[in-house]
Amino acid sequence: MYLAALIACAISGILILIRIILGKTTFDRVLAINTLGTIIVIGIALHGFYSGRPEFLDIAIVYALINFIGTVAVLKLFSTGSLGDVKK
Amino acid sequence: MEFIKDIITGIFFFIGSMSIIIGACGLIKLPDVFSRIHAAGMIDTGGTAFFLLGMIVQSGWSLITVKLILIGIFIFFTSPVTSHVTANLARQKKIIPVGKKIGKLL
Repeated sequence: MYLAALIACAISGILILIRIILGKTTFDRVLAINTLGTIIVIGIALHGFYSGRPEFLDIAIVYALINFIGTVAVLKLFSTGSLGDVKK
Repeated sequence: MEFIKDIITGIFFFIGSMSIIIGACGLIKLPDVFSRIHAAGMIDTGGTAFFLLGMIVQSGWSLITVKLILIGIFIFFTSPVTSHVTANLARQKKIIPVGKKIGKLL
């Protein structure tokens, strides 16, 4: 059961990787990378349950946090050209 | 009791797997940034919710359930924020949706 769900995560991850490679604009790639991060969070949690060690959920929480921060930081850098530095 | 738990978890995992595979196919197939946000939102809500519900049913009452609910709440709050930021920035950078005239928009 967990193995089937992990295989489904892998298939959709490969399909999203195709979109990351083919994506025309930056927004397509950023959106696809954010979605891939969500699927990786689900995959880490499922792998923890599959191998009988649910302590992997801590890593899943941290991955979700870094995924959100990274996406917003990349979009801000693409929007304004800086990450909020003090102008001299 | 374990058998009923396994059946409920299997149903939830099946719905979640279908949701993320359909969302990934839509992310490839749809023509535009603004319509691909729809597919990404389907993965973020449907897939995550059903997978986490299946794991909650499997784990019972423990600290693991609290962590799963924490992941669910966090993804439910951050997924619309990311979608909104992406769509707003794409609109500011003047990306034209498929099927719209240039003069009519913006």
